[in-house]
Amino acid sequence: MKQNILLLCILTILASCSKDKTTPATDPNEKGVVVLEFDNRAGTDDLILNNQPYRNAAGEQLTISKFAYYVSNFRLITASGQVYTLPQDSSYFLISEDNKTSAFHTLYNVPAGDYTQVKFMIGIDSARNTMDISKRPGVLDPAEGAADMYWSWNSGYIFAKLEGSSPASTDAQKLFRYHIGLYGGGFNNGPRTLNNTREITLTIPNNGKAIVRRDRKAQIHFFADALKMLNGTTNVSIAANPNVMVTPFSEKIADNYTQMFNIDHVHNE
Amino acid sequence: MRHRYWWGSGMLLPLLTTFIITACSKKNTEPTPEPAKNIAFVKPAGFPEPVYRLADNPVTTDGFALGKVLFYDGLLSRDGTISCASCHIQANAFTHHGHDVSHGIDDRLGTRNSPPIQNMAWSTSFFWDGGVHDLDLQPIAPIENPVEMDDKLNNVIGKLQRNTRYQQLFEKAFGSPGINSTRMLKALSQFMVMLVSADSRYDRYIAGKETFSEEEKKGLALFEQRCATCHKPPLFTDNSFRNNGVAPRPFGTDSGRYKITLLDEDMYKFKVPSLRNVALSAPYMHDGRFGSLESVMNHYDGGFYPTATLDPAFKNGFSFSEPDKKALIAFLKTLSDKGFITNERFAPPPGFVQGD
Ligand code: HEC
Ligand code: HEC
Repeated sequence: MKQNILLLCILTILASCSKDKTTPATDPNEKGVVVLEFDNRAGTDDLILNNQPYRNAAGEQLTISKFAYYVSNFRLITASGQVYTLPQDSSYFLISEDNKTSAFHTLYNVPAGDYTQVKFMIGIDSARNTMDISKRPGVLDPAEGAADMYWSWNSGYIFAKLEGSSPASTDAQKLFRYHIGLYGGGFNNGPRTLNNTREITLTIPNNGKAIVRRDRKAQIHFFADALKMLNGTTNVSIAANPNVMVTPFSEKIADNYTQMFNIDHVHNE
Repeated sequence: MRHRYWWGSGMLLPLLTTFIITACSKKNTEPTPEPAKNIAFVKPAGFPEPVYRLADNPVTTDGFALGKVLFYDGLLSRDGTISCASCHIQANAFTHHGHDVSHGIDDRLGTRNSPPIQNMAWSTSFFWDGGVHDLDLQPIAPIENPVEMDDKLNNVIGKLQRNTRYQQLFEKAFGSPGINSTRMLKALSQFMVMLVSADSRYDRYIAGKETFSEEEKKGLALFEQRCATCHKPPLFTDNSFRNNGVAPRPFGTDSGRYKITLLDEDMYKFKVPSLRNVALSAPYMHDGRFGSLESVMNHYDGGFYPTATLDPAFKNGFSFSEPDKKALIAFLKTLSDKGFITNERFAPPPGFVQGD
């Protein structure tokens, strides 16, 4: 037992970069920078659009032409349970595989601390979905970032989009389109409807920490596995469901995308 | 003095007027004349508080003028041929008269009948299925619909941004240069919320300024008994979604509200339409299946298609005698608002050509 602990200590020391030897954050006004990096994957591999064939859990071959999703409402959590919530107005990110710069999001003025977990929403909360259009600039503007990620006939954002082609598809052009949205309705006291927003909490692996200090930068490197939209609690068959948008089945894909993300590692510079 | 809306008199006139006014005021010290073209939203007597958040987007003369130009401009469509007004014609209370389903770009057919644009400030949702919950968001749908205007919002914004006339109009309307989606949508909303119809013969009858024939009075009484729960005055809609028993089409069935909520209880329900100006807005129902009010009355005379969601109101013998139907139609005709459909303020700007 003692040996194990000793081993663990050594490993921890080895694993930590030299900069990890930091003094604990004590100044409540101290702020630092965190970078969120979203790295899109297909299973164990890097995601390559269009040309690289993949296989889903249903055994169907496919290529992916579009993979994009919203993540929002970020909270950083320390080991002792202190929570830093990003200012709401600046906590909406659209990541799209065809736009490399969309992979990186820099958060400034993060209170100093050693963060071990990240909590966020996949999709856009109902409040923002129904907010005045002037409160939805940038990636939320249907004329800009959201041009491709918005339903005008059923006002609301598409939270995640996976498109491509597959010989297994029963669609006339052998394509598949998964556009998952729906925020739960309830507008004007209307009834609650399907809600495909999902909140997830990810833990930095190997007891890692994102160390936020005035003079440092922590980069949290997320993986998002596109194939997990199809594989998971429901293995989606492209032959059976080549197009899923506003239908009850969309919920199954939403359940799948809760498993789509993980934190691969953190760089503390 | 009658407040007059000047924009209809030409593009240059407002600029010219401002120029003359400023020029004049420099020469003499007389108080500048009261601006002759002020526009503001006025709630008609007896109407409830508007739902539209006017405080966030107060209607101004220049905002309204911009909204109107946008509404009548084919620039909002892919090939420049289709404007909002192509399908929403003032003389028909801003519906697409004579078309059961709307004709859009390249004469492509939609699947739904274009409803009147009137009293939008009181609507809690838009479209027959209520899929849009905010008037500001509504124009994105026709602009991007492949069978309507078939453009993309970002492309339309780009076209506006490159247009010097629009650069000026937006600056005037919003007090600083800049064209973006929020501003465009807010300007369109300003035009649309001003489309208030509240001066029909019925309104004047209620206000004691008009008399009704015996038949019209009988129609009103029947209406209050049998129709007003859904078509609730003064808006003639309670903004709810109901299944009034129009038979689902065997092909291309429109599931109505269900499309939006995916709730079984909403299958085949459609928004209760306002009946203001109904005599001017044929054809009727979400797919424009009925060409006349007579057909509508025949429907309400026991012609309900039984589905699980048929409104209870129609389940226990809902029918009318022929004279009752006539009286109801006579009453419905009192809801036409001449002033609304001829008001110059809402009329096409010069140079506008009404398509098919
Ligand atoms: C090709 C015809 C067409 C064009 C062009 C068009 N509309 Fe419509 N409009 C319709 C139809 C059809 C509906 C009903 C659609 C539905 O319920 O699904 C509608 C519905 C509406 C409604 C909702 C009314 C209500 O009571 O629910 C508004 C508001 C509206 N249109 C405004 C506009 C504006 C603004 C434009 C221009 C940006 C425009 N329309 C362009 C056909 C058209
Ligand atoms: C239970 C609610 C309800 C009642 C009661 C009701 N209606 Fe309706 N009405 C509707 C709905 C919903 C629609 C739209 C249905 C559709 O488009 O498929 C409609 C459509 C109409 C239309 C077509 C309007 C247009 O612009 O297309 C007319 C006219 C009409 N009703 C008249 C009446 C009259 C007259 C009565 C009384 C005899 C009546 N309604 C009773 C719910 C109701």
